[in-house]
Amino acid sequence: MPLVFTHEADRRLRRLVIGVVLSAALGLAGLYYYGPPEYTRVGYAPKQPVPFSHEQHTGRLGISCLYCHTGVEESSVAKIPPTQTCMNCHQTIKPDSPQLAVVRESFASGKPVPWVRVHQVPDYVFFDHSAHVRRGVGCVSCHGKVNEMPVVVHEKPLSMGWCLDCHRQPEACLRPPSEATNFAWQPPAGRSNSDYGRLLKDQSRIHPPEQCSGCHR
Amino acid sequence: MRWVLLGIATAAAIVVVQMGPRGAVSDRRPLMFITDMDFQPRYNPQAATPFFADGRTMRTPPAGTIPFGGADYDSDAGSPRQNPDFLKSDDAYYRGKAGTAWLARNALPVDIALLRRGQERYNIHCAPCHGATGAGNGVMTQYGMLGVASITDELHTLMPDGQFFDVISNGKGRMMPYAPQVKVRDRWAIIAYIRALMRSQSTTLGDVPEDQRGNLNP
Ligand code: HEC
Ligand code: HEC
Ligand code: HEC
Ligand code: HEC
Ligand code: HEC
Repeated sequence: MPLVFTHEADRRLRRLVIGVVLSAALGLAGLYYYGPPEYTRVGYAPKQPVPFSHEQHTGRLGISCLYCHTGVEESSVAKIPPTQTCMNCHQTIKPDSPQLAVVRESFASGKPVPWVRVHQVPDYVFFDHSAHVRRGVGCVSCHGKVNEMPVVVHEKPLSMGWCLDCHRQPEACLRPPSEATNFAWQPPAGRSNSDYGRLLKDQSRIHPPEQCSGCHR
Repeated sequence: MRWVLLGIATAAAIVVVQMGPRGAVSDRRPLMFITDMDFQPRYNPQAATPFFADGRTMRTPPAGTIPFGGADYDSDAGSPRQNPDFLKSDDAYYRGKAGTAWLARNALPVDIALLRRGQERYNIHCAPCHGATGAGNGVMTQYGMLGVASITDELHTLMPDGQFFDVISNGKGRMMPYAPQVKVRDRWAIIAYIRALMRSQSTTLGDVPEDQRGNLNP
């Protein structure tokens, strides 16, 4: 039988096939690694117009999250505080710090400080802070250790899989609702977090929604 | 063959160097490959819009109007039930006044639930300046907050509850109004708790119930 392809063509074909297979494998690996929200969102820490530090205000000064984020217990949004909340203190404390110039300007003019949004779920997702915080999910479970962040960092992926992981097994993240903003909270001595969480779950009959209409309404 | 492998390896190296490790902190906006319906033409809370002159989606209610429905039952016309007092005509509850004088006692019946709520809210909103015991020595006083009143002293013990309410709502001296932050009901709860703090200043061991004395830590 005569050769249909030359040896040279055979070699080229082999190279081509190996090249295509390898590139496809690498491409898939790259997509798998760089595609999901763990890569695309986690670590986002935009530069804010005012160098406001949670580490300073909540970690060192010990101001409660609820002093500023007043909506978190009773509405779906936590609310970024209005400028007046900053001025409660900064009219007297560091009244002429250059870092606060934007805040003073905003207070005088009534225009809001243009804070940059960090966490955001898509518009087709229904999310409600009060449903979580009032039932005893702490800020730390979804935002990380904000009280140690000089700049707020997007620490959790906020993907559907991540929401569902907790909704299927909320035990490890439950605590008494009054401790939701306490970053140093520990379960009572001698009990593990999930063990105590199971007790709370049974006591307050916590059943996070797993059906689609729970979060896509 | 070698060149093919080398080419692929270089391409992979460039991607890794360019994209970096997972979850690294950066101030670049999250990558969006496909936006689907993530951003719908609707107004979200605290968002921006070019439509209104002031650039905000949240509108200030026109003067003289009352919101209908919402999270704050005290200040709206009510939904689904009608709020009987939506015009805030109750001077005692909304302004701490009894006629022209200050209301002497709390506008709400004081029970342990109200005191607990008051304690929680006091520690959130008041303690940073006035201190956990009301002695005017909160942590802010170490950072240049001057002239913070000791709210449990003699003078304040004689102050009527209505006047406390007025100070919380409208501010006084360097203290800014806390009406935007603290709801009406919570203000009364805080006042009830302040009264408890005042009493605690002059208690003796005899005031503590026998079976609770073991819980004291001096
Ligand atoms: C003194 C007021 C103040 C206090 C107290 C405070 N915050 Fe904030 N918070 C802000 C402001 C202002 C912003 C917007 C600027 C920014 O993102 O840094 C913000 C932003 C945030 C964000 C990011 C919002 C977004 O855009 O996604 C989170 C999460 C957050 N805060 C959580 C907390 C938690 C948890 C606590 C309690 C430990 C807390 N905050 C206490 C004022 C405060
Ligand atoms: C309860 C009081 C309080 C509130 C409310 C508050 N701060 Fe502060 N802030 C402080 C104190 C105390 C300091 C530290 C001053 C020091 O270290 O000497 C500070 C420091 C700062 C600094 C650093 C200033 C400098 O020159 O070092 C910035 C910026 C700042 N705050 C922004 C804000 C913003 C923005 C808000 C509103 C969201 C706010 N603060 C609300 C008490 C407060
Ligand atoms: C169950 C998870 C979860 C918990 C618990 C949680 N958050 Fe959030 N938070 C989110 C998500 C998801 C978003 C984005 C919401 C959106 O896009 O509407 C968000 C957004 C925010 C924002 C910015 C947008 C807004 O709603 O104003 C702030 C501020 C915030 N959270 C503060 C807090 C604080 C303070 C606590 C604790 C009391 C807390 N969160 C607890 C998941 C959570
Ligand atoms: C750390 C655990 C945790 C995470 C993460 C979490 N949830 Fe939940 N979720 C809960 C718990 C606990 C409840 C309360 C269930 C109950 O009250 O029975 C709940 C309830 C809800 C409800 C029901 C509210 C209502 O009014 O019925 C919705 C909707 C919801 N979550 C959406 C989300 C979305 C969207 C996300 C992701 C962005 C998310 N959750 C992430 C724990 C979590
Ligand atoms: C716990 C809340 C929750 C439940 C329950 C839930 N989802 Fe989601 N879903 C989300 C969140 C949050 C996102 C946004 C994910 C993101 O932005 O990465 C999402 C995104 C999606 C998307 C768009 C994905 C994309 O990237 O375009 C689809 C489609 C979807 N969900 C379908 C469903 C279906 C079908 C069900 C029922 C089997 C369901 N969801 C149940 C929270 C939920």
